[in-house]
Amino acid sequence: MEVALSTITSLREAVSALVRDGDTVALEGFTHLIPHAAGHELIRQGRRDLTLVRMTPDLIYDQMIGMGCASRLVFSWGGNPGVGSLHRLRDAVENGWPHPLAIDEHSHAGLANAYVAGASNLPFAVLRGYAGSDLPHHNDRIRFITCPFTGEQLAAIPSIRPDVTIIHAQKADRRGNVLMWGIVGVQKEAVLAAKRAIVTVEEIVDELDAPPNAVVLPRWVVSAVCAVPRGAMPSYAQGYYARDNAFYKRWDPVARSREGFAAWMRRHVQETEDFDGFLRVLEETRRQEAA
Amino acid sequence: MTTQDFSATEMMTVAASRLLKDGTVCFVGIGLPSTAANLARLTHAPEVVLIYESGPIGAKPEVLPLSIGDGELAETADTVVSTPEIFRYWLQGGRIDVGFLGAAQIDRFANINTTVIGPYGKPRTRLPGAGGAPEIAAQTREVFIVLKQSARAFVGKLDFITSAGYLEGGDARERARLPGKGPTAVITDLGILTPDPVTRELTLTSIHPGVSVEEVRAATGWDLKVAPDLRTTAAPEPHELAALRDLLARTARAHGQSAGGEA
Repeated sequence: MEVALSTITSLREAVSALVRDGDTVALEGFTHLIPHAAGHELIRQGRRDLTLVRMTPDLIYDQMIGMGCASRLVFSWGGNPGVGSLHRLRDAVENGWPHPLAIDEHSHAGLANAYVAGASNLPFAVLRGYAGSDLPHHNDRIRFITCPFTGEQLAAIPSIRPDVTIIHAQKADRRGNVLMWGIVGVQKEAVLAAKRAIVTVEEIVDELDAPPNAVVLPRWVVSAVCAVPRGAMPSYAQGYYARDNAFYKRWDPVARSREGFAAWMRRHVQETEDFDGFLRVLEETRRQEAA
Repeated sequence: MTTQDFSATEMMTVAASRLLKDGTVCFVGIGLPSTAANLARLTHAPEVVLIYESGPIGAKPEVLPLSIGDGELAETADTVVSTPEIFRYWLQGGRIDVGFLGAAQIDRFANINTTVIGPYGKPRTRLPGAGGAPEIAAQTREVFIVLKQSARAFVGKLDFITSAGYLEGGDARERARLPGKGPTAVITDLGILTPDPVTRELTLTSIHPGVSVEEVRAATGWDLKVAPDLRTTAAPEPHELAALRDLLARTARAHGQSAGGEA
């Protein structure tokens, strides 16, 4: 375990220093606080051969998979919520474009437990899970063990131990302690299961003023903290901004063709310097489309 | 079919909502289940407890969520817990009465497919995957499933069982030691199917007003059995329709549409 006090730095420097080709990388956030800005930075820096972990791969994973960052996906539900399929994910799974993508498919309960096991420094998670499902027939990382006390059959899956976990949160203080609230998903477990952790935040403040039982990640479990206002867009950040539903709907036609997708990514991500740049170009695109 | 003042989808949603008793603790899927469960809360079941897999417990949304983790659910909940806690303490812990699920495909023994159509390694259609459903279908005391009926969705045998109903039928579910009793009703836009007490094969036991048995059979991919004492579902009451339409109108005003997904 590499433990270092968190550093307040830019997202570009954090990704450059902490994410390597071939790493297992988890970007978590259950509908809320999805680290879109960090996903874009992985694309800009051209990371390759990543094992990407996420319970609910949605648009940002569609983008990373379509741009060729991933060779394996660990997940439990993949889609564009409220809209339909992820066309880039489907193209990778069904046609091997831009290259083949191995999948390691679970249920939510399985992955949530696997993060808890990782954070708990255990080799595997045990749960009453997958009973009667065909998933274990297609994923040899889902196995069954016998309880040594009762003889009951229980599901076992390997812990998730990411090289890097990346999340987005509402606030950090100037020393790098992080506070998040609302729907907090598996982010705390995903950070504590990882060797290194990057947290993007809406703002950096003098005092967190966190109540005693709040979800706080102390600075000594976080490698880097980066201020990226609106960094979860188009998902939402409770207390800051709402979900940009139009973006989710617009993504469907953008991602349908390989060419349309590549052009969109070039203009909005590869040719922009950072997430601020992305947001500016997105506004321009929307003005043009509205005209 | 005679002219009616409600749509087939409204009939489905109302019929599904009526199955939720007041005070029930219900684990809610996004989309149709969420609409039906919230309609129940706004009509006959004000004390129903709605739990969403993203963490809200006792959610009372004013408008329907677009996704399973909308801020509206968190803001109106009694409490919000982490995703591991929802699955470990509340679902696996045995605290949930009803799992309310949707499905892409269902078979004659109420098994659900939301994973692939075609072979797993070379799918014709890749669906979103399991989400929370396998453990919801296994561990809640009973399961209601709501989906539109068609021969593509109601198939004799699934390419992939994502979440177990009665598996191969008979006592297969008990032999597989699934803790909950399984799907007790499948509510569609044409009628209500319930499992035969012995074979566990889904049987048409209630048909919605204005629908013929032939229509239901044509929308089923196996030779559908019809109960000898087939009932006609009571048409939606004016107050049920009004509550549903208000809810959908509020939702449309808030975010332009009323669909849903899990991410």
